Amino acid sequence: MTPRTWLALLAALTVAIAAVALLRRRAARTPAGREFFRHPPAAPGLAVLGFFAIVAIGARLVAPYHPAAQLDIVGLQNQAPSWAHPLGTDTFSRDTWSRLVFGARISLAVGALAMLVAVTVGSIVGAMAGYFRRWVDAVLMRTVDVGLAIPRLFLLLMIAALWEGLPLPVLVLLIGLTGWFGTSRLVRAEVLSVRERDFVAAARALGAGPARVIFRHVLPNAAAPIIVSAALGIGNVLLLEAGLSFLGIGVQPPLPSWGNMIGDGWRQLAVAPWATLFPGLAIAVVVMALNAVGDALRDALDPRREVT
Amino acid sequence: MTEPLLRVRDLRTYFVTERGAGTARAVDGVSFDIFPGETLGIVGESGCGKTVTSLSILRLIPEPPGHIRPGSFIEFEGRNLLTLAPKELRAIRGNKIAMIFQEPMTSLNPVFSVGDQIAEAAIVHQGLSRKAARARASEMLKLVGIPDPEERVDHYPHQLSGGMRQRVMIAMALVCHPQLLIADEPTTALDVTIQAQILELLDRLQAELGMAVMLITHDLGVVAGTVDRVVVMYAGQVVEAAPTKGLFARPAHPYTEGLMAAVPRLDAPRARLHAIPGQVPAATAWPAGCRFHPRCPFAWEKCRVEEPPLFDTGVPGHAARCWLVTEPARRTAKA
Amino acid sequence: MTAWLMRRLAAAIAGVWAVVTLTFLLIHLAPGTPFLPGAERPADPAVIAELRARFGLDRPLPAQYVSYLRELVRGNLGVSFARRRPVAEALVEAIPNTLVLAGAALCIDFLLGLALGIYQAARARRAADVVLGNATLFFSSVPTFWLGLVLLLVFGQWLRWFPVGGVTDPVLYSSLPWAGKVADRLWHLALPALTLGVVGAAGTARYQRAAMLEALGQDFVRTARAKGATERRVLLRHALGNALLPFITLFGLAFPFLLTGAVLTETIFAWPGMGRLAAEAIATRDYPMVTAAALVAAVMVAAGNLLADLLLAAADPRIRVASE
Repeated sequence: MTPRTWLALLAALTVAIAAVALLRRRAARTPAGREFFRHPPAAPGLAVLGFFAIVAIGARLVAPYHPAAQLDIVGLQNQAPSWAHPLGTDTFSRDTWSRLVFGARISLAVGALAMLVAVTVGSIVGAMAGYFRRWVDAVLMRTVDVGLAIPRLFLLLMIAALWEGLPLPVLVLLIGLTGWFGTSRLVRAEVLSVRERDFVAAARALGAGPARVIFRHVLPNAAAPIIVSAALGIGNVLLLEAGLSFLGIGVQPPLPSWGNMIGDGWRQLAVAPWATLFPGLAIAVVVMALNAVGDALRDALDPRREVT
Repeated sequence: MTEPLLRVRDLRTYFVTERGAGTARAVDGVSFDIFPGETLGIVGESGCGKTVTSLSILRLIPEPPGHIRPGSFIEFEGRNLLTLAPKELRAIRGNKIAMIFQEPMTSLNPVFSVGDQIAEAAIVHQGLSRKAARARASEMLKLVGIPDPEERVDHYPHQLSGGMRQRVMIAMALVCHPQLLIADEPTTALDVTIQAQILELLDRLQAELGMAVMLITHDLGVVAGTVDRVVVMYAGQVVEAAPTKGLFARPAHPYTEGLMAAVPRLDAPRARLHAIPGQVPAATAWPAGCRFHPRCPFAWEKCRVEEPPLFDTGVPGHAARCWLVTEPARRTAKA
Repeated sequence: MTAWLMRRLAAAIAGVWAVVTLTFLLIHLAPGTPFLPGAERPADPAVIAELRARFGLDRPLPAQYVSYLRELVRGNLGVSFARRRPVAEALVEAIPNTLVLAGAALCIDFLLGLALGIYQAARARRAADVVLGNATLFFSSVPTFWLGLVLLLVFGQWLRWFPVGGVTDPVLYSSLPWAGKVADRLWHLALPALTLGVVGAAGTARYQRAAMLEALGQDFVRTARAKGATERRVLLRHALGNALLPFITLFGLAFPFLLTGAVLTETIFAWPGMGRLAAEAIATRDYPMVTAAALVAAVMVAAGNLLADLLLAAADPRIRVASE
């Protein structure tokens, strides 16, 4: 670690905390915002997410080394944490901190993109089922029932075994396409209640087509459950990606992800536990932050809580 | 004169509102007595504090956000219920003082049979065996006029109609033969014909069991036929208290008059059903002076500034919180 | 009741059938299918010949599908590439181990989770609830396999309280008396079961706390208090009686979680179950094994959901009576 990288790290931390403080002050003006920040873990959760997002984006500034650089295969193997290598080095003499930082990029991007796919598909399917009802609803919801009954990891294992070495975009797509079932149920329920309200009937009476009604009138009103399920879903995707990468069928080396860092490190657990412990801790902290923020969002966006 | 069964003095139940908007003074200095065997009606619009008053008696106010202020006093059998240890309080709840609630659907536990729920108080307080409790439950169902009690005992709340559920609630409350039954809007959620049946049932049971009943309602019409004395509440306070006859003959508070005018009558020519203008103010900000003055047709300067005490109207047992009692001329002048 | 049950059974069978079909389609879509001698595949001519014969490659797709289904019903899941033995045989050996692990984990998950959830709800918003709330948030966010590694490091490597893997002690087990054998098995089971159980319990506790708080806010709780019921009775009888209904659906959800967790946990603890079998099969690209494991997992999940439905029907009078 050079002074420059320490400074960059400090800057990332400061920006994250300052941004949350600023957000909190602005949120205090609305009831939903106050409700959100009334959850004690909400603010620290946001700060954690902000910090990791900044670190992932500015990885080149915060990481002292290239994530795949084998610094000194003889002299710097399995080094314990020190000022030069704050999180130690792994068995290939790579700097754990640098890998963690670049791994954040991959892991968070996979999580966010896969969730985007899942939420998009889930919203569209759920909106269609709820809007058209009848056989469309029946067919889509039976599909969802089946989808929920398939153990996701096993399905992905199967696909990964049949197609060796899935490229990253395909992996993201697959994780997304196996993760939309729950969201579609939520959206369907919301659409079923929204479609009966007057403004939807009015829009239809004015001659708006199904697509227009769904995208302009129905989905915006179902935004709250979608956002909450997305926040909670990213955490699940992170855990899934970590599991897949740990088994060697997720993100392929030399790209670092938090999951394959654990996969690379765990056989040296006794000699170099830091190479395993820190990436796992990073996953745990980020997923925890996502869950905390998701919980707070759910309470803040739940219209029923306004009454009480 | 006999000793009162329940003596409520200066009861104040406040709620700290969640969003930091201040303190809601839902019940703000309420005093009244209930005598053994009588029926007392507590009347007022929603938001006047009558339900909070009834919940305060058995200390069923959720804390937080609610709390009963020190200095309040509820005496039953010579003891202050508000300072009783939890164990002693439980020995009174459901045993000597019982309660029925407005919503029989949500007030019954959906996963237990009605027999289990009726017998519960008897099991808790009298240590009845399961078998004896079941027999008692079907006995109670019979008492409240449910046909086929032996069979109904094993039914679940969702299998009963609204009126039947309220009968079950009553059976549940009376299983230990309490001395006081608090009935909080027992007929509001029911159809009109069922309402009459339930009121009749309460009346009959009161005569049979010799208990006192505190009937809470927003409907003066309900009170007229069933109640010995009436306490009218407004904005967390008692505004008028009188024997039923006297109250209907000569209401002393303009609010009571307003309530009466809102009751549809068969004996009078078709007058326009008139409601009191305006709304009950928020409990976080009661108006200064007389709390009713913004809605009162007689209000004058004094009402805006000075809060009236509960005046004796001269008729025994009839009191009203209104400056008109001291200046009756203003009423006739206006009329 | 029976009509309702039949409907649930039909849904479960439909789910399994869908997975079976999906598997069939995936095998056909995959590059270097078992039906062609793929370039980078472990092209053992004997295996390929066996597969060709089994799937009847010259026949049209629907006919292949029918024979594939027939073989499945007969219990023929194919032959493992890596192990050169029928997949079904390997699975039959592995499944009991997985069930033992999953069962133990399920016990920890539900007992610990339920107890914590109830305790937290009773102490809502007080210090104990806040501390436990943060702890359960953390443990429900942790990757299962990583927690397993931490436990392994601390209790296996450093403290040496528990063995680092396997089902029994390789040296001593055969010479142990009957009770010793049971103890040895439990001793080996402790860490993997704890790994899976604790992560599950954290989620269960969070769920149960919310369900209890919701039940405690209902009108019938006030009724119970008005009857003079003790807080204990209110909590454990009235609130829990209602909060257990959503809990039963958790049972259906716990199954996929445990199976998924087992894949990774078994790998770490060298636990010879279905999960490790699948993970090893991945490493050796032994796809008959992987697909078979996925099928078995799907069947287990369907069975778990069905069981949860049955329990729910038994517990909820509204379902029980309405469907009579």
